Order: sequence, then C-alpha cells, then structure tokens
Amino acid sequence: MRRKIATACALLLVASLLLTVGCAQKPEEKPSAQQPQEKVIRIGMIAPLTGDVKTFGESTKNGFLLALEEAGNQVAGFKIEPVMGDDRNDPTEAVNVATKLCTQDKVKAIVGSVASKCSIPVSEVCEANKVVQISPTSTNPRVTVDLGRRKTYVFRACFIDPFQGTVGAKFALDNLKAKTAAVLYDQGNDYVIGLASYFRDAFKAGGGEIVAWEAYTKDDVDFSAVLTKIAKLKPDILYLPDYYNMVSLIGKQARQKGIKAVFLGGDGWDSSDLDFETMEGGYFTNHYSPEDPRPEVKAWVEKYQKKYGSTPDALATLAYDATVLLLKAIEKAGSDDPTKIRDALQSLEMDTVSGRISFDKDGNPVKPAVILQISGGKQKYVATVRP
Amino acid sequence: MTLVLEQIFNGLQLGFVYALIALGYTMVYGIIRLINFAHGDVFMVGAYLGVLGYTAWGLPFPLAIVVAMVLCAVLGVSIERVAYRPLRYAPRIAALISAIGVSLFLEYFCSLKFVFGPNYRVVSRPFEVVNFTVGGANLSNIQIVVAVVVVVLLALLQYMLFHTKVGKAMRAVSYDHDAARLMGINVDSIISVTFAIGSALAAAGGVLYAVAYPRIWPFLGIMPGLKAFTAAVLGGIGIVPGAVLGAIIMGQVDVLSAAFISSQFRDAIAFSVLILVLLVRPTGVLGSRQPEKV
Repeated sequence: MRRKIATACALLLVASLLLTVGCAQKPEEKPSAQQPQEKVIRIGMIAPLTGDVKTFGESTKNGFLLALEEAGNQVAGFKIEPVMGDDRNDPTEAVNVATKLCTQDKVKAIVGSVASKCSIPVSEVCEANKVVQISPTSTNPRVTVDLGRRKTYVFRACFIDPFQGTVGAKFALDNLKAKTAAVLYDQGNDYVIGLASYFRDAFKAGGGEIVAWEAYTKDDVDFSAVLTKIAKLKPDILYLPDYYNMVSLIGKQARQKGIKAVFLGGDGWDSSDLDFETMEGGYFTNHYSPEDPRPEVKAWVEKYQKKYGSTPDALATLAYDATVLLLKAIEKAGSDDPTKIRDALQSLEMDTVSGRISFDKDGNPVKPAVILQISGGKQKYVATVRP
Repeated sequence: MTLVLEQIFNGLQLGFVYALIALGYTMVYGIIRLINFAHGDVFMVGAYLGVLGYTAWGLPFPLAIVVAMVLCAVLGVSIERVAYRPLRYAPRIAALISAIGVSLFLEYFCSLKFVFGPNYRVVSRPFEVVNFTVGGANLSNIQIVVAVVVVVLLALLQYMLFHTKVGKAMRAVSYDHDAARLMGINVDSIISVTFAIGSALAAAGGVLYAVAYPRIWPFLGIMPGLKAFTAAVLGGIGIVPGAVLGAIIMGQVDVLSAAFISSQFRDAIAFSVLILVLLVRPTGVLGSRQPEKV
C-alpha cells in the first residue's frame, strides 16, 4: 500500500514537472516569433464564449474578427494582434480576464464585454489601467457613468437601457394598445433590472398599469408560483427583459399556465437559440434588423453571410461596429497611446451598420432603435424608432 | 381559493422531486452517517441522461427514466467505492471533504465540452402539455406524471425496505454495523446497495425535474440538492418517511412564499423554516432523541 502511494506521488511529481516545463516554454517563443522592427498594437476582446449566453460570445467574436480582417489586420502602421478573453458571462471571471489583458498582455484597447453585469466591473479595470474600452452591447447606464463620475476611457456602441425600456413601453401603449403589464426580472442582473425599471416607469407615465412586479434569480427554474398568480390577473403584456435562454424557459411555463399576454422584451432575445415556437407573436426592441432597407445593412449582411454562412444578429453587428469605431479612432489618433485614442473616439462621428453614431458626453452613442417581432419562426422587422 | 389550490399543486410538484433527492441523503446518512454532498450532482447527471435518453437515443419516456436510474446507480456505487470506502474508518471530516470534492469534480467534469458542455440547454419535453381543470384550478399532465412516478417509486422503496431480505439487512446495518456484521450480513455490499438505490431515485428525480422545468446545465444540482438536504434534516435525517414529509413541506414553503409573500424572499424563507425547526426540534419533525449508547 505504502509503495503504491509512493509510486503515485512520484508519477504526480513527474507529471507536474512536465506541465511546468510545458508552460514555461510558451512565453519564450513569443519574442522570437515577432520581428523586432514591426510595430504591434494589441487589441483585446472579452465575450462569453461559453456559458449561459454563448451564442452572444460567438457572434461578438465573429463581428470583431471580421472587422479586423477587413482592415487587413493593421491600423495606422501598426500590426493588430487580437487577444481573446472568455468571461463565461460571470462578472468575477470578467475582472480576471480584463486584468490579465491590461497588465499581462498590455492591450491598448478592449472590445467588450457583452453583458452589462460583466462590462461594469471590466470598465473599472480599464479606467484604472488607462485602457480604452468600447462595449458593443452593454446597455446599462453604469457602464460609462457611475455615481455621476464619467469613466473617461469607456465607450459603447449601443443605446442605453432607459432608451430601450422606454421604447418598449411606448410601443406597448401606442401600437399594441396595452393597458396592463406584468414584469418578471432577474434581481441579480443589472441589464435586466435596468430594462425592467425603465419599462415600468414609462408604462406608468403613459397611463398603463403594472399589475405584477416579480423578481427571480439566475438559477431559478420553477416559476409556477408567480406565473399562476399572473395568469389570474390577465395582463395584456408580459414584459420579459432577460436573455433568450431564461425568456424561453419562462415563456414555456407561462403558456403552460394559460397566460395569453403578448410577450415583450429587449435585445437579449436576439439569438438563434431563442425558442421561436414558444415566443411566437412576441416583440422585442433591438439595435438593428437585417431586413432594414439601408444600403450599409445590405452590404454588411452579404459580407457576413459570405464569411460565416449565416445572417448576422445584433451582437455580431454591434461588435463589428464597435471594432470599426475603435480602428477609426486609432487611425485618427495615429498613435497607440490610449489617451489619444480616447480623445479621437469622443469626437468621432461616422456611419455604421446600426446607424449614424456620434458620442454624447457620457460616451453613449446617439442612434435609433428597431422593433422586431417573432413571427412564423423568424424575426420580422416592424419599425424604427429614433431618439 | 382555486388560486391557493393551484399553488398547492405547484408546490407538490416541486416537493415530490425534492423527495426523491432527499431519500438518497437520508438513506446514506442513516447507514454510514455521511452527508453525501455529491448527491445533488448525481441528480444532475440523471437529468442529462434522461433527456439524452428520450431525445438523442430515441427511447420511450418510461425506459429513458429506467436507463438514467440504472446508469446513476452504477455512478453512485462507483463514487462510494472510490471516494468513501477507503475513508470509512478515517475521521468523519475526511469523508465529508471527499464528498465535496466529488461534487465539484462531477460539476466541472460534466462542464467539459466533450461531456455535456458548459452551456444551459433548453430541452424539449417527451410529450405535449395538457391542462386539466380540477376544482377550478389548473392541473397539467406533467404534474400528474411527476406525482405518479414518485408515488410508484416510494411504494417500491417501502416494499423493499420492509418486505425483502435486503431491506431488512439495510435496517439492521443502519441500527448497528458491528452487530449486523456478526449476524453474517455483508456490510460493504449493503452500503453499495444503499448508494445504488439512493442514486437511482435521484436520477429519476432529475429526469422529472428536467421535464417539469425544461432547462438543464451542469450546475443544476446545487440548489435542489441543498433544498433536498434541508428537507431531509427538516424531516429528521436518517428517517425515510421524514425525508418525504420534509420535502413536501419544503416544496410548499418554496412555492407559497413566492406566491403569497414575495418571489424575492423564497430561498430566504425556505431556509429560515429550517433554522426555526432545528431550534425548536433539533432532531427534525419525525426524529426522536436517541439515548446515548453506553
């Protein structure tokens, strides 16, 4: 017995030695692979490549890489070296990845993250390390401004929650003629809370009534108690501002409990993994629609389809837009100094796929929103709403 | 009134699933005084296997449950062999830590891309949902299937415990290991049987859970596992009817507090009930204070 243990220990020791040797070799290879005279700028990307919203991460990566490829992987005389980070849609992991990108990989700018709950902590890391951050899709106001303090290195390529929640409420009141609404929200997700509360405020201000306001947590799977209650109240609208995965689960149980309300939500629904059958007839606010007749959109959809063989969703589009905006700013600054890139970005105004973008003093873009409907198992373009 | 009735149905559905998990906790504790923290993860594996059974492998639903139960029974026995049996005469804390290790191992192993993958999966159901009206309240066929499967399994378990040799041996071992061994009972194999039955029940619970709340992922077992463990303690750990009673109480507390107090407080209320019960009755609802053996 003792001998066995000794052998096992020895084996483990050898294995761990081999592992350390294997790891130690990697960094040594890097400098020799680079040519010393070539100037390199590292650009990081943070997205949930695995986890509960992995399709978001995949789309973001596609958009990001396509934009870099289009620029020939260089900008302002620098060769671009992309560094990928996976935050698994987990704020703690997002901070780890962001810290690694800023301090170890020495990136000058980061595109990401996707979810507000990750982008908010990442923005603190970027601000502290003076690295430019541009989040493609984080819509919570606190990404760029917290407690009245503007994080000067932080930008985004999408509109913010007050706008999206308000547009949702307006659409419900004016176009759907809704009188009553029930809201279910994740009490641990900044994005969901933001959308839910701005929807509530705008819906009430417009003369509607919120008949139910119920919270849940990320790991909840049983909504029967709350949905049974809501079924009895017969609301016109069930507002579900969460991501596609949770929305599909809640939607399924809601219909099972006999809730006939129209489902309404935000850009978190935009995924091919949404349960289209359950969500049929529902509406959601989004950043862009591939059916939008503008020529920029047409060209982009063709380009994306040629490369990846599928229609780009809003995540891919915004990641592309964010990266293009960043590259333009680096070019304008003509430098890899993040402070100069930041100043260039702030004063930028250009046409992107998701509309003409300029930045307000809080680093938020001024741009339009679209309303989409789930119809016949597909997303259908309904309307464009300007700010 | 119909609203209350419907919420009670919802609570029963949840409580029945908790009961299947709680039984495993309580039986293993009853036999070797070990809290098998990996039990919630066996439940998770069961959910995955069941769903794979009726989707990918194309098995009929009842057979999918049986296959998941058998595979998880094997898993439970192997866990006991590898992680608990070598520590049987070590201090109890060692086995407990080993259990936590197994739990984390199962969660992260199942998260690997070539096993089940780290993502949430919204799964399809093996049959269409049909709603019935009972006394004005909605009752779905899922709730009926859950109730029927659980009641059948409980009846089988009860029969096995009180009308078969193995059941008698299990009760004997739980009463006194050494005396049971002196009577010619193979204690090791009885412990294996206990793990097999407990894991099989958890697997059945997992499949029903995945059908009732159709979204699965590798960390699915944590919360139901914790709630079921609480239920086992609430009913009196080591006591089989206590686990079922505790689970049904937990299910009702869960659903009724979400329905009539606030959905934000459901977990807080559920665990407060546990603390209260333990303060008033430390041995659980059905537990009785045992005299110290001299």
